[in-house]
Amino acid sequence: MIQQLFFIYFAFAITGLSLLVVTRKNPVHSVLWMLLLFFHIASLYLFLNAEFMAAIQVIVYAGGILVLFLFVVLLMNIREELTISKFIGAAPTGFTFAVALLVVVLLSIRSFVAAPPGIYSIDLIKQETHTKVLGKLLYTEFLYPFEVASLILLVAIIGAIVLAKRRLKP
Amino acid sequence: MVPLHWYMVLSMIVFAIGVFGFLSRRNIIIVFMSIELMLNAVNINLIALSHYIQDLRGQILAFFVIAVAAAEAAIGLAIVIALFRNKATAHVDEVKEMQG
Repeated sequence: MIQQLFFIYFAFAITGLSLLVVTRKNPVHSVLWMLLLFFHIASLYLFLNAEFMAAIQVIVYAGGILVLFLFVVLLMNIREELTISKFIGAAPTGFTFAVALLVVVLLSIRSFVAAPPGIYSIDLIKQETHTKVLGKLLYTEFLYPFEVASLILLVAIIGAIVLAKRRLKP
Repeated sequence: MVPLHWYMVLSMIVFAIGVFGFLSRRNIIIVFMSIELMLNAVNINLIALSHYIQDLRGQILAFFVIAVAAAEAAIGLAIVIALFRNKATAHVDEVKEMQG
């Protein structure tokens, strides 16, 4: 019962905060609401016994990505931003599409059948601690995708520098 | 115990809000933030499923999604800065060189 009450609070908070993120006129307000949203999502991960993912969520999203967004938002002219309309002309189409997508996917939930349970039960994760189990899986079964992910990050670093630097005089 | 369907419905609502923001906002930074919102919705779904069917692979997948989201944010914001430098605008409807 208390779990469900907490979940209902978090569900309404996450929905409301994400609506605030996409509807605020001032981009700085959007970024700050998104910060609160990421903290709520991290605590939702704690509900699901995923402590490591909650920590990653706070460190990478709230600490890394949002600071990046805030830096770029502060480069732009917010005074001009506040005077013009925040939605483009195609906004009704976007709204209709989003609602249609939501209805279709919600209807498809009813035919969802869960897979048979795997070996990583809550007791096993509690016994070995979440980070250790996740690390073992990441460095054995998923080693190759892990290396590919590190390559993606390297490409992102180089690409960001190349895109953002001033053109060199020939 | 919270049913699994609640998490899936929540994740889908957040995803739909992200789709709405992506398709209808004028400011390109908020468009990028809508993409992050959609990726977060997917992460909620993955981690909830991985908890309920007791398989940790969903969380590994969410881990990779977070790594790709970080890369995507860096590249996207670099593109925004390049756009500022060349056109001095951040509005998606003023950038139409490729519209034909």
